[in-house]
Amino acid sequence: MSEAHPKLLEVQDLQTHFMSDEGPLRAVDGVTFSLTRGKTLAIVGESGCGKSVTSYSILRLIQPPGRIVGGQILLHEEDGTTVDMASLDTRDERLYRIRGGVASMIFQEPMTALSPVHTIGNQITEAILLHRKVSRRQADSLAAEMLTKVGIPTAAERLARYPHELSGGMRQRVVIAMALVCRPQLLIADEPTTALDVTIQAQILRLMRDLQAEMGMSMLLITHNLGVVAQMADEVAVMYLGRIVEQGLVREVLKRPRHPYTKCLLRSLPALSSHRQRLPSIRGSVPALHEIPPGCSFHPRCPSFAAGRCDTEIPSRIQTCAGHHVACHLAEVDR
Amino acid sequence: MMDKAANQQQLAVPPRPSASPTQNQPLLEVRHLQKFFPIRNKGLTSRIVGHVRAVDDVNFSLLPGQTLGLVGESGCGKTTTGRAILRAIDPTAGSIMFRPDGQPPVDLAALSHAQLKPLRTKMQMIFQDPFSSLNPRMTIGDIVAEPLIIHRLARGSERADLVAAMLRKVGLNPEHANRYPHAFSGGQRQRVGIARALIMNPSLVIADEAVSALDVSVQAQIINLLQDLQQELNLTLLFIAHDLSVVRHLCDQVAVMYAGRIVEVADTQTLFASPHHPYTKALLSAVPDADPDVPMNFDLAGEVADPANLPSGCAFHPRCPAASPDCRSNVPELDEVSPGHQSSCHRC
Repeated sequence: MSEAHPKLLEVQDLQTHFMSDEGPLRAVDGVTFSLTRGKTLAIVGESGCGKSVTSYSILRLIQPPGRIVGGQILLHEEDGTTVDMASLDTRDERLYRIRGGVASMIFQEPMTALSPVHTIGNQITEAILLHRKVSRRQADSLAAEMLTKVGIPTAAERLARYPHELSGGMRQRVVIAMALVCRPQLLIADEPTTALDVTIQAQILRLMRDLQAEMGMSMLLITHNLGVVAQMADEVAVMYLGRIVEQGLVREVLKRPRHPYTKCLLRSLPALSSHRQRLPSIRGSVPALHEIPPGCSFHPRCPSFAAGRCDTEIPSRIQTCAGHHVACHLAEVDR
Repeated sequence: MMDKAANQQQLAVPPRPSASPTQNQPLLEVRHLQKFFPIRNKGLTSRIVGHVRAVDDVNFSLLPGQTLGLVGESGCGKTTTGRAILRAIDPTAGSIMFRPDGQPPVDLAALSHAQLKPLRTKMQMIFQDPFSSLNPRMTIGDIVAEPLIIHRLARGSERADLVAAMLRKVGLNPEHANRYPHAFSGGQRQRVGIARALIMNPSLVIADEAVSALDVSVQAQIINLLQDLQQELNLTLLFIAHDLSVVRHLCDQVAVMYAGRIVEVADTQTLFASPHHPYTKALLSAVPDADPDVPMNFDLAGEVADPANLPSGCAFHPRCPAASPDCRSNVPELDEVSPGHQSSCHRC
């Protein structure tokens, strides 16, 4: 444990592009962040900002025409070895060892993440048998133990059930059990509660927090919900059109946002403004990836845009205070 | 151009009396509304073996110009209630009294489909998914004009003018009327859906999760648009949603549904400030606050009751922290807690 790197994951200048008739679509365009061991980093943004593509890139789940065209994804394992996920060949056996073993993923839609024609027992033990040298029977008991841990009653009986026999909340618990059964160091959760009702969402969020405290894994949480970010994460990165525009400690970013996009996003939440008043919205909508504006890609929608600078120069990342980074030309003036 | 169009719209539909004695009478009054779906035996006989009690004895009324939020989790019957009011599905029992524009009340539940047709211009729906609720093979101009064609309300250049005025009103460029839905973003498509609903100048609009599929920044725009149009056109809105923060922002009154019944109804401020029913309390505490210093204080086990196999008595009792033997045997009535605030709970 002592030789383990304090960071579990370091992503440097990641670029994932999708080849299309209109040229490369820069879904992720120079993303840099790191995840401290045992902590939770949330990546938040609206549809099309590249948050899911970032998470898929880390586990090398991007399919053609998508491709990682640049950057590094350094995974520092507990035994001190470091793997650059971005440079691995798709057939590299290290990739198979890492996926589902060292790092695993929870998907948004529990019905599509589970196979409808296999029992949930078979789906969970598949991961165990791939990554650990145990017998079929031991795998079954590990699976039942994990199902109990995620709050599924009469777990041993449920192993023989199929996903359609379970409710949405129970299915998501199975998906979590599947992801955690090999005790990964990194858990990537892509919108884990978006498809669930609020009371079930609250149950699942609490379960994820309890399991993280118990098992000590690090979590990369992809979400569009700022409430989930506030309740779950230690750090947050706000993405817009393939880039991180602001990053820092959750309390710092949500209470004292520096980037105009983060500010607008927080202000346009209905709960924070008073009843029936006009909501401060962001004008326009998120542009398509093949028409990303020049300069700062947020400038056409930005309330405080400076002509001549914001529309020509891409803002670089600056540190406003310890651990708080913002990519905005006006960030200093703003304080 | 705009004035002419506006005038013609007035001609097509008579203006609403601004201050009439009917002003304080509800525009919509739903009494003992029920909708059961039969569960059939899978064999040859297809015998009915039970019922999904999707909506079971729902009562509420809605004053003109007001917004009522109908909230609840999936399967609670909120969408079925909305669809039954519009007679998109036929209710099993109950009455739906509708008083458009100070006209004498009619019971929508008792009318035949032919009798309903003229009333359909007065009640319209906005759907959740702006991608599947617009026909991809029709231009947005044709989509918005279609209700006028069906009800033979306007033709030729008059129709085109009405459509152009409506598109402008919802913030779309009328020059884009000949484009197809795929050329628009999600927020713009939702504007088309709103234009289609409002072109008939309806009294009652049922918005079923109208902003749920949209991103936060666009959602704020559509909420603002709905509020502006409501004020301008004196719309009465039944706003069906699962997002409590949106409901809190937009609605005058809120009704909380659980397993086919309304468990609590109150004006918005009261409901959020002093919720009465244990389910409402749980629902409010389940929303993660965007302030990291407000911790989530949620403690409710179990899952939403299955409407095909409801628990006895109060459907919430298996999950309720305060359940008593009485809750297991008797269905609680919706009782008044304070004026305008009703809750159905034995324990409170």
